[in-house]
Amino acid sequence: MFPVKANALAQQLGRSGRLLIVDDSNIMRRHIERSQHFDDLEVVGTAANGVEAVELFKETDPDLVTMDLTMPHMDGIECIAQLVALKPTVRILVISALADKATAVEAMEKGANGFLNKPFTDRQLNEALAELLQGM
Amino acid sequence: MLQERELKTFVDGTTNYFEIAAQQPASVGSPYLVTKGKPGVHGYTGVIKISGKREGIVYFTAPRTMLTVLLMKLKETDFSDATLCDLVGEVANTISGNARRDFGREFVISVPNVLTGDEVEIPMTRDLRPYVIPINWRSHSAKLVVALK
Repeated sequence: MFPVKANALAQQLGRSGRLLIVDDSNIMRRHIERSQHFDDLEVVGTAANGVEAVELFKETDPDLVTMDLTMPHMDGIECIAQLVALKPTVRILVISALADKATAVEAMEKGANGFLNKPFTDRQLNEALAELLQGM
Repeated sequence: MLQERELKTFVDGTTNYFEIAAQQPASVGSPYLVTKGKPGVHGYTGVIKISGKREGIVYFTAPRTMLTVLLMKLKETDFSDATLCDLVGEVANTISGNARRDFGREFVISVPNVLTGDEVEIPMTRDLRPYVIPINWRSHSAKLVVALK
């Protein structure tokens, strides 16, 4: 286990951080939810594609989003652009198998704040999330 | 036709997947070209269609027993057929997506199409030459098939 506390985040926001998980794989959504070890990070929703994610984003107002890229209906790149347009302060961690630099650069240009390649360890996930939380 | 260094990309991707996701290395054998018949499947098959700079398919195929143990390693508690299908598609997607590190972004991968059964027909045109990468993990055998032109 890799214990991480997000107390600084809670102090800053005045409440727990709110996390939305977006991935077309059920297993990956559950894996990310189980593997994140932040005390003050509440998973407020999970979405299986970009269209669902935009709807849930409007309903749940998350602070943080983990975003897959290869998804049906609306891919992650388009979804990032829409989420950032809705809430410019949202922090987005791309979690994708796509390992080329150009894709990472494009995701960052659309507004993502971090990039984690699949497959990943619990430690890598929590370190990537911690980095994003520090930037809030 | 695949070059040796291109096949190595998929061998490395497969090795990396089991080392990290399954936290237990797999024995990944030398790739071989299937010249007669078909590469065959193992019950659950995740197929990724490749387009762009290269065309063809990449598929990961594994038996239920192996996928079930893999799910346990991922701390998953749902071993339903739907979850096994999800996993086999995710493995195929991850290994194919990782290949873009070497092939570049013009190596366009589809979302996974999952097939079940031992007699399924994999959509492969005749001009594709399939290479099999054998995978042994714990006591289970699986394979990654790469057929690109």
